[in-house]
Amino acid sequence: MAQGPKSSKPAAAAKPAAEKSLGDKDELLGFYREMLLIRRFEERAGQLYGMGLIGGFCHLYIGQEAIAVGMQGIKQPGDQVITGYRDHGHMLACGMDPRAVMAELTGRAAGAAKGKGGSMHMFSTSHDFYGGHGIVGAQVSLGTGLGLSNRYRDNGKVAFVYFGDGAANQGQVYESFNMAELWRLPVVYVIENNQYAMGTSVERSSSETHLFKRGASFNIPGAEVDGMDVLAVRDAGAKAAEHARSGNGPFILEMKTYRYRGHSMSDPAKYRTREEVDEVRKTRDPIDHLQERLEKAGLADEAALKAIDADVKKIVADAAEFARTAPEPEPGELYTEVYAEASA
Amino acid sequence: MASMTMIQALNSAMDVMLGLDPDVLIFGEDVGYFGGVFRVTDGLQKKHGLTRCFDTPIGEAGIVGVAIGMGAYGLRPIVEIQFADYIYPAYDQLVSEAARLRFRSAGDFTAPITVRTPYGGGIFGGQTHSQSPEALFTHVAGLTTVVPSTPYDAKGLLISAVESNDPIIFLEPKRIYNGPFDGHHDRPVTPWSRHPASEVPEGYYTVPLGKAAVVRAGEAATILVYGAMVHVALAAVEDSGIDAEVIDLRTLVPVDIEAITASVKKTGRCVIVHEATRTSGFGAELSALVQEHCFYHLEAPIERVAGWDTPYPHAFEWDYFPGPARVAAALRRVTEG
Ligand SMILES: Cc1ncc(C[n+]2csc(CCOP(=O)(O)OP(=O)(O)O)c2C)c(N)n1
Ligand SMILES: [Mg+2]
Repeated sequence: MAQGPKSSKPAAAAKPAAEKSLGDKDELLGFYREMLLIRRFEERAGQLYGMGLIGGFCHLYIGQEAIAVGMQGIKQPGDQVITGYRDHGHMLACGMDPRAVMAELTGRAAGAAKGKGGSMHMFSTSHDFYGGHGIVGAQVSLGTGLGLSNRYRDNGKVAFVYFGDGAANQGQVYESFNMAELWRLPVVYVIENNQYAMGTSVERSSSETHLFKRGASFNIPGAEVDGMDVLAVRDAGAKAAEHARSGNGPFILEMKTYRYRGHSMSDPAKYRTREEVDEVRKTRDPIDHLQERLEKAGLADEAALKAIDADVKKIVADAAEFARTAPEPEPGELYTEVYAEASA
Repeated sequence: MASMTMIQALNSAMDVMLGLDPDVLIFGEDVGYFGGVFRVTDGLQKKHGLTRCFDTPIGEAGIVGVAIGMGAYGLRPIVEIQFADYIYPAYDQLVSEAARLRFRSAGDFTAPITVRTPYGGGIFGGQTHSQSPEALFTHVAGLTTVVPSTPYDAKGLLISAVESNDPIIFLEPKRIYNGPFDGHHDRPVTPWSRHPASEVPEGYYTVPLGKAAVVRAGEAATILVYGAMVHVALAAVEDSGIDAEVIDLRTLVPVDIEAITASVKKTGRCVIVHEATRTSGFGAELSALVQEHCFYHLEAPIERVAGWDTPYPHAFEWDYFPGPARVAAALRRVTEG
């Protein structure tokens, strides 16, 4: 982009995402499997935490699975993903090895970040996963930089930038929005609105609670999406990505979702009622919802789904065992990767 | 008097000040309805009302900037930054605005704000819940940086901070919120109720800013320390059997140079201890001060025990945290010479 970032040169002609019919059996079963893998993985992480095998902070993705998985369905190779600290689900959806993710939680040398990062800070160059970031909102600017890189290289890629309803109030989000639209960057901002930022509900923190409108004064289009419906996520994601990929600039998707568990592992949850949580689990659960659809459409019977379940359980059990028994890093590792050249 | 944890003592300080001074108000992320992630503001909204203690959106730059504006108008806001690790978005406001408002308005406007924030490691918090950023503030003229190490001091210092006419960075060592952790992570933690400094008056009192405390008198060496590391230093003295004097600085800037000088001139040996990374840490300043003021009394090189010069890791918590063994080793080095 020799003329600087404001160049109006459109990005390389984007290949439109392959049209997928609602009833593509393999795709739907794939979604089911991925969501279940995340759910079971997170449940197991919660157990390991309870057993004292995972220390510190650990934010589970349970309830929000349809977002990472549905968006993954429309991602093209080379598109980037970046998110905050509620990141395990995104990493699994990106195809990262469950063993490496779980072993990072337990702080082992074989962890995705060699035990240096922990739950909130994992990365994978080979999966175009740019992290796991503990500082609320920071990833939004970084993700915008990924978008600018795509524009500069003219590579036809899109950056998918995930953040929460609480993060949506950070100032740097709006600095980023302005740059992204000004320079027509290929970025899809995905706001995972699970209605709470720790103990503060959206209503108590936001003057405009329809977060998809937050780009309005920057001329960034936005849409509200049922984030508990993996197909709705996929379809909205496809449109947004198409918009960004074809040189029209950023797009904002507000995914209405819900986290079933506490914010982190110690959360007295006094800010919402048990009934509220149960109601969502009972009526909007993304995995149950897809299961019903699969069965109704005759795409999978109970036996087929049970087989997937068993397979997923095996993967998770294996990851947990690996994370429990893998060796801890050598203390000398502390001083590596601080600078380009390790100093003793 | 009542036995309080550091959390309860801090809560009591704010309760007292909300009651005494209508210009005091408290805000921050989850401090109101939820009572703070560490429950430091628990019950204050209920007791004093929504206008006195309230939740903000997530936005540290805005939170601190708003507080500075209120301070300029004449109010005395206390804001909480949920973890010191999240203070950096507000750093510009603290350095460029809060610290300099008095100077650049030639005294017309000031920023009498208190920024409370939990800091420090030992809680498996990894790089975004464990840092000790005090040197970023002690380096800035115009800011006062305070670090308590007991419930009694925490309350008295916080009241002094709120009453101060300057902006205060009030760093709360979260590892000792519930008990005086001494770095022996493999032993059960003592609760505050078994420590004499957990006896805290229920009403108003102050502990002056800028005054250190001799928490243990001794002859063999001086340990300059603050925050959670005060308890680690005491454990190291006990473990090593070396009769060191332990000085809890309590306020880092303005530092109590008289207390430091008196002790080091007496002992001739000095160990400086902090959790923060070593290079350009506050220990470097202390070391320079001791050298300038006590050079002809020193009988051994000054030792620093500090965090390693790396980001705070997820694994290796106890290799990273400067525990009593490292402090005791430094004590032996300075006294053997
Ligand atoms: C800069 C910064 N401020 C505060 C925090 C503490 N914090 C961590 S998560 C969180 C709530 C974020 O909520 P939201 O963006 O809605 O994401 P969710 O947890 O719901 O996924 C807060 C306040 C932080 N990590 N970084
Ligand atoms: Mg949220």
